[in-house]
Amino acid sequence: MSNRNSELIAVSDVIETDVVIVGAGPAGLFAVFELGLLDVRAHVIDILPRAGGQCSELYPEKPIYDIPGLPIVTGQELTDNLLKQTEPFHPTFHFGEMVETVQAIGTDEKPAFVVGTDSGKKFKARAVIVAAGGGSFQPKKPPIPGVEAYEHKSVFYAVRRMEDFRDKHVVIVGGGDSALDWTLNLQPIAKSLTLVHRRDAFRAAPHSVKAMHDLVAEGKVALRLGQITQATGADGQLSSVTLKGNDGSETELVCERMMPFFGLTMKLGPVAEWGLNLHENLVPVDTEKFETNHKGIFAVGDINAYPGKLKLILCGFHEAALAAQRVHHYVYPDKKLLFQYTTSSTNLQKKLGVGHSAAS
Amino acid sequence: MVKTCLDNPCTRYGAEPGGGAPTKAKITFVDSHGEARTVEGETGSTVMETARRNDIPEIAAECGGACACATCHVYVDEAWLEKTGERSQMEEDMLDFAFDVQPNSRLCCQIVVKPELDGLVVRTPAQQG
Repeated sequence: MSNRNSELIAVSDVIETDVVIVGAGPAGLFAVFELGLLDVRAHVIDILPRAGGQCSELYPEKPIYDIPGLPIVTGQELTDNLLKQTEPFHPTFHFGEMVETVQAIGTDEKPAFVVGTDSGKKFKARAVIVAAGGGSFQPKKPPIPGVEAYEHKSVFYAVRRMEDFRDKHVVIVGGGDSALDWTLNLQPIAKSLTLVHRRDAFRAAPHSVKAMHDLVAEGKVALRLGQITQATGADGQLSSVTLKGNDGSETELVCERMMPFFGLTMKLGPVAEWGLNLHENLVPVDTEKFETNHKGIFAVGDINAYPGKLKLILCGFHEAALAAQRVHHYVYPDKKLLFQYTTSSTNLQKKLGVGHSAAS
Repeated sequence: MVKTCLDNPCTRYGAEPGGGAPTKAKITFVDSHGEARTVEGETGSTVMETARRNDIPEIAAECGGACACATCHVYVDEAWLEKTGERSQMEEDMLDFAFDVQPNSRLCCQIVVKPELDGLVVRTPAQQG
């Protein structure tokens, strides 16, 4: 599919930039800052709908105690502060997209890459920084044998086109906000809609839960307690699913489209297919530039590996600062890099919008 | 005499999360292929921490014990259901996101090791997500 997309997209649709950063977690965000100080522009791509990576996805409210200079900070506060720190450099964020392909089109001395996402966007960049943490957050699968055969054909973990659900018998599984939101949004266009959940309690916005119960009372949505244990169909197209009720009974439900919503889990994902060396699902790098075996592709943060590596946010910051130095060389091969401090360099302060007059 | 947290043997780096409690409880993890591994957990630590310290497979614990990911899901052996206690509301909510939830499902970061749990048996699901 990505091949067909690349043919359809004209050259002018390719977004040209200096660096593509894969992942908008703390390491990726701080890379934007360090690159910005060196006049390097960045586009940041993340599969999640927002910045922060694990910090905002797994522990937004949980305090972190080992960020230098911040005795206590929550995952969300750290993310917000890092985003603020990147503001002077105006990075472009592409959320809800997964980088699928990284294709080298340059040489070792003058690297260049075409980066493609799952929604068909193409980027041309001098360097790629992989700051993908534990990989990409991907939907958890339901406990149904052989469900893979139906995925992206009649089993969906997200709605890309609502039209795919029009006049279909739809089964939604789960009890969180995604399950409830799509129950409410798809009910008007579906032929039938059944919501399946393991218990009669929903961890979702109260008004959505109420709206769902109203639709159940009106007979427009069927609510069944239990779980889906089997899928039946042919050529990737579902015809029915088996509901195992909490009382142990088994019922066959007519089903042409199923959407399981069980949250996200971390999977390495397409990083494994970019021609990088891998060691136990991590990307080995050197400790001078944090560059991978492929010149111009760097890895920082939890996803990289080197002797002595610690998976700490603060290590990701250090790695991003050093990688930026080498990226500068690829973007500006003829410029000599001057080492400067943000406390004293008028040049850096001007970039940050905090020039001498503002500071005094 | 203990002067600071650095002098306290219970909080020494690498000490059991239970704080070096003298009481230990044997916990058996049975994986999805039926292989059993019995290890010792310290009172006050969690079953998830005990699993991680002993490299028990099939327990991901992606969030590190914040009850935020449902990837330390286990099935508690029927004989131990009463002693491991009830699920909390937060755990119950989080189990909505676990793989193949059964009546004896628990998130093992929420089970604290105590002397009464000596001999506890839990099974791990084929998948955490």
